[in-house]
Amino acid sequence: MPTNAYISHAPGYVDNEGPKIVTSRFPFDDSYTIERSLATGGYDGLKAALDRGPAEVAGVVKDAVLLGRGGAGFPAGIKWGFMPPVWPRYLVVNGDESEPGTYKDRLLMERDPHQLIEGCMITCYALGLNQCFLYARGEMPLAHERLAQALNDAYAAGYVGKNIMGTDVSIDIVLHWGAGAYIVGEETALIESLEGNRGMPRLKPPFFPAAKGLYMKPTIVNNVETLANVPWLMNNGAAAYKQYGSEKSPGTRMLAISGHVKRPGVYEVEQGVVTFRDLLYGENYAQGIRDDNGLKAFVPGGGSAPWFFEDQLDVPLEGSAAGPEGSMLGSGAIMVMDDTTDAVKAALRLVRFYARESCGKCTPCREGTAWEEKVLQRILDGHGRPNDIDLLLSIGDNISPGPYPVASHPEAGLTAVPFPPKQTTICPLGPSSVAPITSAIRRFRDEFEAKIPSAPQAADNLDISTTPAVGEHH
Amino acid sequence: MTATEPTKATTGVPFTLNGQALEAELGELLIDAAERNGVHIPRFCYHSRMTPVGMCRMCLVEVDSGRGPGLQPSCMVPVSPDMKVDTESEATVKAQDGVLELLLINHPLDCPVCDKGGECPLQDNAYAFGPGESRFVEEKRHYEKPIPISDLVKLDRERCILCDRCTRFADEVAGDPLIHFMGRGADTEVNTFPDHPFSSYFAGNTVQICPVGALTASPYRFKARPWDLEESESTSVVDSTGARVINQSSRNRLVRTLGVDSDAVNWSWLSDKERFAYEVADSTDRVLEPLIADGGPLKPARWATAARRFALALGAGSGKVGVIGGARMPLEGQYAWAKLLKGVAGVDSIDAQLGDGLPADFVLGSPRSTISGAVAPGSVVVLIGADPKEELPTLFLRLRHAATNGHISLVELSAKATSLSPYAAARLHAQPGTAGQVAAALAGDETDRAVGGVQSGEFAKAHELLRNGKPVTIIVGRSNLAEHQLVVTDAVAQLRGLVPEATVLPALRRGNINGALEMGLTPGFLPGGQPIGSEIPGWTTGPTATGLDTEGILRAAVDGGITTLVLLGADPLADFPDRDLVTKAFDAVDEVVAVDCFLTDSTQRASVVLPAAMFGEVDGSFLNLEGRVSPLRAQVTPPGQARADWMIAVEVAEALGVELGFDTVGAVQDEITASVASFNKVNFAEVNTAPDGVMANLTRSWAPEAPAPTMVPPVDNYGLRLLVDRKLWDQGTLVAKSSSVAHLATDALLHLNRTELERIGANPGDTVSVETAHTVAEVVVALDASLPRGVGRVPFRLPGFDPGTLIDAADTVANIRVTAGK
Repeated sequence: MPTNAYISHAPGYVDNEGPKIVTSRFPFDDSYTIERSLATGGYDGLKAALDRGPAEVAGVVKDAVLLGRGGAGFPAGIKWGFMPPVWPRYLVVNGDESEPGTYKDRLLMERDPHQLIEGCMITCYALGLNQCFLYARGEMPLAHERLAQALNDAYAAGYVGKNIMGTDVSIDIVLHWGAGAYIVGEETALIESLEGNRGMPRLKPPFFPAAKGLYMKPTIVNNVETLANVPWLMNNGAAAYKQYGSEKSPGTRMLAISGHVKRPGVYEVEQGVVTFRDLLYGENYAQGIRDDNGLKAFVPGGGSAPWFFEDQLDVPLEGSAAGPEGSMLGSGAIMVMDDTTDAVKAALRLVRFYARESCGKCTPCREGTAWEEKVLQRILDGHGRPNDIDLLLSIGDNISPGPYPVASHPEAGLTAVPFPPKQTTICPLGPSSVAPITSAIRRFRDEFEAKIPSAPQAADNLDISTTPAVGEHH
Repeated sequence: MTATEPTKATTGVPFTLNGQALEAELGELLIDAAERNGVHIPRFCYHSRMTPVGMCRMCLVEVDSGRGPGLQPSCMVPVSPDMKVDTESEATVKAQDGVLELLLINHPLDCPVCDKGGECPLQDNAYAFGPGESRFVEEKRHYEKPIPISDLVKLDRERCILCDRCTRFADEVAGDPLIHFMGRGADTEVNTFPDHPFSSYFAGNTVQICPVGALTASPYRFKARPWDLEESESTSVVDSTGARVINQSSRNRLVRTLGVDSDAVNWSWLSDKERFAYEVADSTDRVLEPLIADGGPLKPARWATAARRFALALGAGSGKVGVIGGARMPLEGQYAWAKLLKGVAGVDSIDAQLGDGLPADFVLGSPRSTISGAVAPGSVVVLIGADPKEELPTLFLRLRHAATNGHISLVELSAKATSLSPYAAARLHAQPGTAGQVAAALAGDETDRAVGGVQSGEFAKAHELLRNGKPVTIIVGRSNLAEHQLVVTDAVAQLRGLVPEATVLPALRRGNINGALEMGLTPGFLPGGQPIGSEIPGWTTGPTATGLDTEGILRAAVDGGITTLVLLGADPLADFPDRDLVTKAFDAVDEVVAVDCFLTDSTQRASVVLPAAMFGEVDGSFLNLEGRVSPLRAQVTPPGQARADWMIAVEVAEALGVELGFDTVGAVQDEITASVASFNKVNFAEVNTAPDGVMANLTRSWAPEAPAPTMVPPVDNYGLRLLVDRKLWDQGTLVAKSSSVAHLATDALLHLNRTELERIGANPGDTVSVETAHTVAEVVVALDASLPRGVGRVPFRLPGFDPGTLIDAADTVANIRVTAGK
């Protein structure tokens, strides 16, 4: 049986001031029970949806401009419209949250599973389908436990299953527990995994899930937080939703702040209204850098996002504002590094994650991420070579081609990190490993150079032949 | 009607390739469209016979579909209208350079000791598209090397570039998903699951398609270097599919066989039997010189002496000669022997089948289908007979591909589940002996019948499929050596009565059996499927009365009606299903003479053995089960004094004082074209050059007579009906005498389903007693869930137990009673 020992690994939810759309039940200790859910308006949204036609329900979501909360920020209402009129069709809930720094979906699944289930039911109804798969990450046993309990309760109470709430609508939800792979958070890899295959992404095109998804049938893959917004939308309408947030990014977002701040945690924040400066330093949010140190850099949207620096502190928290600055709000994970941080080590830590999690499908990602890790480790070990910085940028260039600030091409300039990245791979995992390297090098090149011995013989004398072979370890 | 016309763009999709305006076919992949137009895009994972996966990223090219240029994997992208493609742009070249550097960082540079060196796509692409130098200074990835993943294939994971070709082949083509990726990132490796070796009949194909030296075949490892090899394109004589192959030799020895991508036949795939059977040429049992026995053991003799003795035997037994065999010869040898035996000696008791095939008039006279015709999308294929995976494995791959891709609806009428059962639309598993009754019921109006043990739901599906107006091909073989051949032909006749336009693909097993029947090595027929008495141009005489088939010959031998047995590459003592009859016949005859490549149980009983050359050693031709004529090429010289079969016929004819009228293989071919009606339009020069061979014209002026309906009483409550079928790896000559695969034949066991095992009170591994009307034997039992109730199955020609002792050739079916040991 899963134990609750997992709960405390990451900071939890911070109940700050501000509008609450998806976290309103979080302050209750029993927020995950069906009793609490029903006592606080649970499944009212489903009832409201069932009273309207499916098209009208989908229209509300479209009017609200509900942006996807998984990373790409694509409007859910428009995505839903991509499904060709083919049945069977499926809704797949992406609960395989594993982007470094991100832990908002986990809280949503652990603390308010009924809200998610209700969102799934409304979405299935709106899309005219009757089979939903809820894919929860393997390393989240508490989420799994509570989702399973909530599903059982919802089935028993008639909110899920045959003839829900006395109507002729029948919708089933299957809870699937992942086996622990970062890449399965990518929607096509998730579909492969759900089909029982090794989680490896499919190429888009031709395998856009809306057309050729699960079992090659039309499939909508939505993030947990996206669907958690839907019940509130049904109860309050698109206009009410748009009162919050900015014009381009209405509503709120759950943002996970971690790293060197005084009050890390998950905050529900109005999109596009609050800035990074508010979030990092505001009393209502993270309350400043630890020990009042200086800010070195921060990752604005999960480990895959190029880093931001002091210059970007006043950028408002919305995807459309972060993009032109050369990064993204991605999965809503902000990782803060104070000025005691070693940029090379920070880059290595992120790159190592991607090297370990590469699915092994595309050559540039499989080989390139491992190579990047080896070079960074070598630099940290004092065996760096003078051309290693160029080498790192060049490896990155082979995974994610673009005019990077390679010393041999000074004309490319320091700000010319292309975003979103081009890629020689199927999915963005490989390019994700490039973001921390180029970010660190373009801002802290001196730190890399300081670690590389000026005398080139130090590297040339490295006797690699004494390194034990893998098979000789045991 | 050949399939050799170049593929042309029918619905043109205009696109631009490197500035040149071109047309692609509708839906054609960019990599194929470029190749067809002379632009080779480098690739590792892409294989035209498998689903593209876009893994290796080597085929990235810059594509502009209207939204600006970007890198796209050309193996995954169909050409779209007005697409602009640049395979030489700066971005493309940089991507190719980058992918190759990344592929090579962990690839050992052991090319000088690697079998693939010299024919390695990674080597070639590194030279053509690679950076020339690596910037990688770290330790490469290490694994134990190599590890065996099957009996015949070794895997060196250090060399592997993880292209997914072998793993895709195993899963998608062979249906044996026993190798897979494991681990993640740079630690990803291909491996088998613990305790589950890659025991596939098709494992050798992974070696051929591996783009590096990661997969090697044990029989070829370190035997030769590619630049030392000489090669010729030929045809596999291992079974009647006639897979197209390349035979390669080094220092006048065959060292490797590769599959050729013949669109009509084998799509480049081979079974391991076809791939490794070349080793049989080096068998220590090869007959290297003429042998004569004068009352004692066989001793070497001069060719002229031996040929004279052979001729004497033919003459001495005048009227009392029976000839068995001929299916292993090339067409030219078959024609020459038919002319000598039928056209000169007037013998008609000749049979190339050993009581294990189908009636010659049925095979020759049924309207013939082709493989591609049978699997054409929208067709219905009725499989009557044995498991094609065990008997005709390359045909199995074509059928499996068609069935898994939804091209055909497969109706299976067999005694047990086969390897195609999972993909079949209807599975009619009829008790041995009842196939004819089931087919008759299918031809009737009732849709719900319980007959022969067939499930009524499956019966209803088959009943409907045969009436939906789709073209029907009946693939028919001999599923059960313990069941009379007329049961099978009865079933076909019933179905053809229902669907008269249905065509037939005879799934006979022996290599050139179709050639042998076509050349007249069967009683009642002259070359070209003409009944005896017909005029054959160039022949002066011929048999006057229909002779005996193998069973008849052996019975006559026992009764004294036949006194001389002539064996043409046949081993009836081991291969004829009725062991008792054949043993008595050999004991009764005065003399046995043989032409063979090997000393076998039967040829050791001969007084004269003439040494024949085998495949890879002689030029000639092959006729496959479709009627497709394809070339056999001499790649090495025959060992010792072995000669081509047609030469031996000429030699024996000369000893009889007769000129057969040809002295080169070309002259034999000219005479076949002139004299054999079905070959009148076959130009043998074209046979050698046409990629898919040339079709013989197998339409006849006569039709086979439908046999009388076969009826067998149901087996009683205490007995089981015997099913004797074949396994790919058995003790047949080709397997038993090939050193690398000989050990793959497993012991013969009596297979029963769980109910029958429980009924007799035996556990798998127990020795039980098997009883027929004539004999009692002991055999070990095994569990086989693919069997229906009431059936006991023993595969033929495996070590440990000979089911031939349980078979009486005169019976329609064999019933056995099994009792648990004391």
